[in-house]
Amino acid sequence: MDHILTILVFFPAFAGLLGFVVDKGSARAYGIAVATIELFIALWLWMSFDGSNGGMQFVEMLPLVPDFGISYYLGVDGISLFIVILAALMTLVGMISMSIEKDVKNMIISLLFLEMTMVGVFVALDAIVFYVFWELSLVPMLYIIGAWGGPRRVYAAVKFFLYTFFGSLIMLVGMLFLAYLYHDVTGTWSFAITDWYALVLPMEYQVWLFIAFFFGFAIKVPMFPFHTWLPYAHGQAPTIGSVILAAVLLKMGTYGFVRFSLPIFPDASVMMITPIAILSLIMVVYTAMVAYAQKDIKQVIAYSSVSHMGIIMLGVFAMNAEGISGSIFLMLSHGIVSGALFMLVGVIYDRTHTKELDKFGGLAAVMPKYATIFGIMLMASVGLPLTIGFVGEFLVLLGFYKVSPMMTIVAGLTIIIGSVYMLSIYKRTFFGRVTHEENKKLKDLNSKEIISLVPLVAIVIWLGIYPKPVLEPIDNSVKALVSFMEKKAQTQEAKDIIISTNTGEDK
Amino acid sequence: MLEAISVSLEDLKLATLTPMLVAIGGALAILIIDLFKDGLHKSLYVMLTLLVLLVDLGAVLGLSVNQRGFFNLMLIDGISIISQALILLGSMLFIPLALTSKRFHEYSYPEYFALFLFMIAGYQFMVSSDNLILIFVGLETASLALYTLIAMHNRPNSYEAAVKYFTMGAMAAGFFAMGAATVYATTGSVELYKIAEVMQSRMDEAGLMIALIGGGTLLLVAFAFKMSLFPFHTWGPDAYEGASAPLAGYMSIIPKLAALVVAMRIFGMYIDIGIEAIRDAILVLSVLTMTLANIMALVQGDVKRMLAYSSISHAGFVMAAIALDTTKGNTGIFLYYTMFLFTNLGAFAMLWISRHKNNTYHDRFDHPYEKFAGLIHVMPMGAVVMALFMLSLAGVPPFSVFWGKIFIMGAAVDAGYVWLAIVMGINSAISAYYYLKLIVYMFLKDPASNDGTIYYNLAKPLMTIIGIAVVVTVTSIFYVQPLINYISYMVGASGY
Repeated sequence: MDHILTILVFFPAFAGLLGFVVDKGSARAYGIAVATIELFIALWLWMSFDGSNGGMQFVEMLPLVPDFGISYYLGVDGISLFIVILAALMTLVGMISMSIEKDVKNMIISLLFLEMTMVGVFVALDAIVFYVFWELSLVPMLYIIGAWGGPRRVYAAVKFFLYTFFGSLIMLVGMLFLAYLYHDVTGTWSFAITDWYALVLPMEYQVWLFIAFFFGFAIKVPMFPFHTWLPYAHGQAPTIGSVILAAVLLKMGTYGFVRFSLPIFPDASVMMITPIAILSLIMVVYTAMVAYAQKDIKQVIAYSSVSHMGIIMLGVFAMNAEGISGSIFLMLSHGIVSGALFMLVGVIYDRTHTKELDKFGGLAAVMPKYATIFGIMLMASVGLPLTIGFVGEFLVLLGFYKVSPMMTIVAGLTIIIGSVYMLSIYKRTFFGRVTHEENKKLKDLNSKEIISLVPLVAIVIWLGIYPKPVLEPIDNSVKALVSFMEKKAQTQEAKDIIISTNTGEDK
Repeated sequence: MLEAISVSLEDLKLATLTPMLVAIGGALAILIIDLFKDGLHKSLYVMLTLLVLLVDLGAVLGLSVNQRGFFNLMLIDGISIISQALILLGSMLFIPLALTSKRFHEYSYPEYFALFLFMIAGYQFMVSSDNLILIFVGLETASLALYTLIAMHNRPNSYEAAVKYFTMGAMAAGFFAMGAATVYATTGSVELYKIAEVMQSRMDEAGLMIALIGGGTLLLVAFAFKMSLFPFHTWGPDAYEGASAPLAGYMSIIPKLAALVVAMRIFGMYIDIGIEAIRDAILVLSVLTMTLANIMALVQGDVKRMLAYSSISHAGFVMAAIALDTTKGNTGIFLYYTMFLFTNLGAFAMLWISRHKNNTYHDRFDHPYEKFAGLIHVMPMGAVVMALFMLSLAGVPPFSVFWGKIFIMGAAVDAGYVWLAIVMGINSAISAYYYLKLIVYMFLKDPASNDGTIYYNLAKPLMTIIGIAVVVTVTSIFYVQPLINYISYMVGASGY
């Protein structure tokens, strides 16, 4: 199948358009059916993907605006393949577990459009196409937060939209400038990322462009100090919104760093290792401490999710194969685990209509299945060995150790803070006696929740024990990326750092 | 004793005048029809006007590029042809909006349609000449007709709008006349290409240059009035509010486009010669316009006023491209206006179909935000269409205005004005807030009234026009390339 990526991108959107015709009562089943087909297409992509090849596969190219160098250019490599599958999986799982009754048809259609934009961002190889999907993803999310969220949903939705929109416009100026430089050097216009890879830029330009792209990506991640929109968005968003936001949308930012910043500006990236590592560390430590202080269980998960994004950032800027592969693997595990945790919070919220930690206690006795799954996810979140969370975190820390042992130790210590607050909320929620009378009659997980959560548990354990099928294709693409960066870097200093952090097993 | 001037008919090249003559002839025909039989329905006049415009468009597209005619008064170059075509396209989209389901005062007069055609002839003259006097005559013909069209809406605030626009327009005309007179006094010519020759040969005379810069400044002020650039924009929102919604949409596009083409001719010449003061003045004006108009749009309580400020901001955005004075920048101007034309006219048309005779939602405004609250529940299709227009105006890809925006931003980057591109980006982000505000009202709030009659003024012809605007807005990605090819060929051919 030559056009599998096109089908993968536009199938949900097309189905969403047809969805306008589907009757309200059947919309949910329709959505689940579409998302299942989409997941199977994504899995098929994985099956036909050549894992030993580190380059772009299934490339499609069609000039759109040749005079300006804009083309419809898609492709997938080990780095993006699994994030695409993650997007398809989490959309499906989110839809199955969804408990929304109001305007469910609008929700399904928005989710399907959102799925198109998510897949589109990760397979786009043309900067403008990437930008189109990147911006379009804001619209359905705005609607999801704003229409189904909590009491301050409109504020949260608008803040989310404007914050990200602002960052991406700065990024757009960067893209235009980059295209201009490309034109200056080669005489032709091109927005193709692969063409930009070949462009060797003077250091001065690299730094400014790196900063322009940094605004777009860092707000999305969200890096400290641009993270303030996220707790609001999570706090107000409906469960499904938080699941998609944490699982997939935040990954767009870290993916952007890997796809654009590192290979296009290798020297600037090396130069920026320390500042970014410091920001990431602040993000890890500070948000972990904030998480510990929260009284609302969803906010705890939200802040812990930001904290883990900090580890992912550290891995990306380790500049070596372990760090980057680890951070991509961590993106997947973070997607699954934080998505699952938000779904679990949604489960208890549906039953008690509160997210206050004080209102829970002793739930393990009333809801044993719930407590078990929550426990597994929580362990994966803090990075217990043999769970999916461990693999990524270990690789990231291993990778970053070669850059700076000191910072790695600080980051490692925060994993302990992470387990402190996670275990503490687990204790306060599940152990002890049932302190609130109304909690005694809570029902355990129902079938649709089990159907959506058990596959995630299975993945958490499977990839925790045997990550190789996923890690290997990632690693091949990352190695190609790193050796490319090393070749492209101009300053001796950058070359040295990339080589010195990469010596060892991957030679 | 004056020498007898012998002119052969071929030298006149009357063909260059055909498009305007078609419009004027059509207007006269409408008046004559009314003379023979009055009380004919507006649909007849709408269709006649549409046909006249169609013939006019045919005449424009039949012109050959780069010819002069009629004692060198007329200059038919690429930008003249594109801008005439755009003016006619915009007018053809505008005029069917008269076919509302409700009766409005102005459309019962055939004079309305005649005046409209005279106005178009005025704009066509304005864009196809480089003679300051003919430009002035065209500008005034069109403006006087437009003032009358606004006043014919027959509400107290329409009169206010028309008078305000008229007084401000008269002042602008004064500035134009003074500027043109200064230029004429120092160079001895009113034709731009001759003025340019004189200026170029006498660049070293400081006194002359000061007078020319003074003249240029006066002309710039005149155009700043016409294009409602800050700080000469104050008439804009009031005039838009008083005019009927489609006319306000029309005013936000066509008069500005015509003024922009003339500005491109005059100030392009100044910048070409190397008078950087004018370039800086344009940059300052346009940056101030886009920023301040955006900020003022944030606090508006009425969607129409918000759109008025937003189109001022868009005008500032486009004006900045004139300062670049590159072929790419000038191509960007036309690309932007083509995109903006359909989207903005569509948005105003959406307001028009929601127009009630009585204001049930607010005691002053016709279209307060509250009116559109919860529209997704009442009229889902209407809400989605309006949201599309808003997203396009905000510059969200892949909708039409986005392409105009990146093209102009790209042109700014190419010309070495990266800071300008960043200012444009930041402004687009600010503008997203007020467009989003309407979307938030439509999608995220509960309906104010559930009567389902917000689109009260809806009729088939209006739906057709809105449908065309939606299709053009959404499918822009597929026709951007041919459009850029055509425009940049035309702009390049005329040396801009």
